[in-house]
Amino acid sequence: MSETVIHAENLTKRFGDFVAANALTLEVYKGEIFGFLGANGAGKTTAMRMFCGLSIPTSGKATIAGYDVYRQTDLIKKNIGYMSQKFSLYEDLTVLENIRFFGGIYELSNAQLKSKSDELITQLGLQHEAKKLVSGLPLGWKQKLSFSVALLHQPKIVFLDEPTGGVDPVTRRQFWDLIYDAADKGVTIFVTTHYMDEAEYCNRISIMVDGKIEALDSPGNLKKHFQVDSMHEVFYQLARGAKRGE
Amino acid sequence: MKVIKFLLEKEFRQIFRNRSILLLIMVMPVIQLILLPLAANYEVKNINLSVVDHDHSSYSQKLISKITASGYFKLTGYEQSYKDAFHLIESDNADLILEIPNGFERNLIREDEQKLLVAVNAINGVKANLGGAYLASIIRNYNTDIRFELLPSEKFNQVPMIDITSSNWFNPLLNYRVYMVPGILAILVTMIGGFLTALNIVKEKEAGTIEQINVTPIKKHHFILGKLIPFWILGNIVFIIGLLVSWLIYGIVPVGSLALLFGFIAIYLLAVLGLGLLISTFCDTQQQAMFIMFFFMMIFILMGGLFTSIDSMPDWAKTVTRFNPVSYLISVMRMVILKGSSLSDVLPHLGVVALFAIGLNGWAILNYKKAN
Repeated sequence: MSETVIHAENLTKRFGDFVAANALTLEVYKGEIFGFLGANGAGKTTAMRMFCGLSIPTSGKATIAGYDVYRQTDLIKKNIGYMSQKFSLYEDLTVLENIRFFGGIYELSNAQLKSKSDELITQLGLQHEAKKLVSGLPLGWKQKLSFSVALLHQPKIVFLDEPTGGVDPVTRRQFWDLIYDAADKGVTIFVTTHYMDEAEYCNRISIMVDGKIEALDSPGNLKKHFQVDSMHEVFYQLARGAKRGE
Repeated sequence: MKVIKFLLEKEFRQIFRNRSILLLIMVMPVIQLILLPLAANYEVKNINLSVVDHDHSSYSQKLISKITASGYFKLTGYEQSYKDAFHLIESDNADLILEIPNGFERNLIREDEQKLLVAVNAINGVKANLGGAYLASIIRNYNTDIRFELLPSEKFNQVPMIDITSSNWFNPLLNYRVYMVPGILAILVTMIGGFLTALNIVKEKEAGTIEQINVTPIKKHHFILGKLIPFWILGNIVFIIGLLVSWLIYGIVPVGSLALLFGFIAIYLLAVLGLGLLISTFCDTQQQAMFIMFFFMMIFILMGGLFTSIDSMPDWAKTVTRFNPVSYLISVMRMVILKGSSLSDVLPHLGVVALFAIGLNGWAILNYKKAN
């Protein structure tokens, strides 16, 4: 693989006595779809928030797109997109207004805003909904819209925190088509999920248990290593040992 | 700067889309300015009076009719005995008892002297005090009347008397509303500015949209300006509506300069919005923000000099009011609107309010974290 875009070494986050993320070490390469798995409470969201500059690590080293997570969070933020578990576009703005707002605060020019909006609306097939409030859209459409908005400013890396939770299988499939499109254009995708079929779609995955990364490889190699047929069983073998409850 | 444009555009879209907020901003000042000054009136009327007349003479009748004719008293009972009348006080149906003894008229004429008993229900202190005082002054008046009647006029005139002529400045008719309206407007501007700002930001926390903002390279002060400017403008609109209402309904036209009023409000709003902002940085839910804001508002309103004079508060309370931005606005509003005070008169107030604005906003910016 080519260029490294996420590099973490012994990255740790403590909340008091609780070690939410314990000495995470990993590398993610450009254009890769990297699956970040783990049971609830394993520390996935904490790790992702550190990579996004939303949370300052307690110790360890990490660079995102070449920028340091302690000192260069603003530069990191310019180069990443983020989509949280919770839908977080403005429900009381229309589709177009949301695109315009988020594009605007990433300092896209008016011409860029115009062309990006048209492109995005066409790609998602939202022509009839463009001027409707986002609150009226079905969940699956909302998620596709937030993913596209996260890509507006052409980030190098996109962080997706359980993007398909509660979404129907057909829409999930469409969502993954969008992810593949983005990866083909060289965007690195860092995604957490609880769906093991989705884990199979990733180039490489890591599995977190109790704040630590217990496994990191391609889905094929992991299955070979644990001598099982599905990712589901890999996950089960590892997560079964977890001490942290929900 | 371009980023702020996008923030403002978004904020105004959301405000104009939210009908209830818009209605609140337009209707609340009008209704409150119409209702509150009518209710907040210190003049005590409808005092319930129970009379025990043992004399049944023409003099006692004259006294009673003089009292009821004053308009302050309502005759609720005409009892046979003091004991009966006291039952009325116990059941809260009477505030005052006037007992006219047997032989009232006879003693007054023959012996030039008579005693009356007034018993006061003092649970409501203000009503009791004023009621007793009104009654005493009516009886004094009655006393003068009968002195005219009974004494030769030249003898009466020999009594030396001090005649007081007072002139009322700034509110010649002693109209209570003129005093209340500017104060109530001050409270309105404070409430709308403070609550809207605090709730708006906490709402973004609840919806999770603030997280999406925090992950963008947006500058902290841009984000905060994007929140302050819309609510600053709304605060000014409320103030303008309030001034119009007080002019149209109460005929109150500021004696002092309008420019000074708007200048003061401009800085005052920054302080109030800063408080809203600061509270929002400490709260995660709109419920928390609401309760904390109410806590401050209650203190601000009751210790702001709106209903009770700050000068007559105990010293410790006066110290507390110095940390109450509302007290400065209320006093400046009254000074400029009623007295026509100029910039040099309100400069000390302006200075303190500016310090509040800098302090509260500075604290809020420090406390607003994009990352934790």
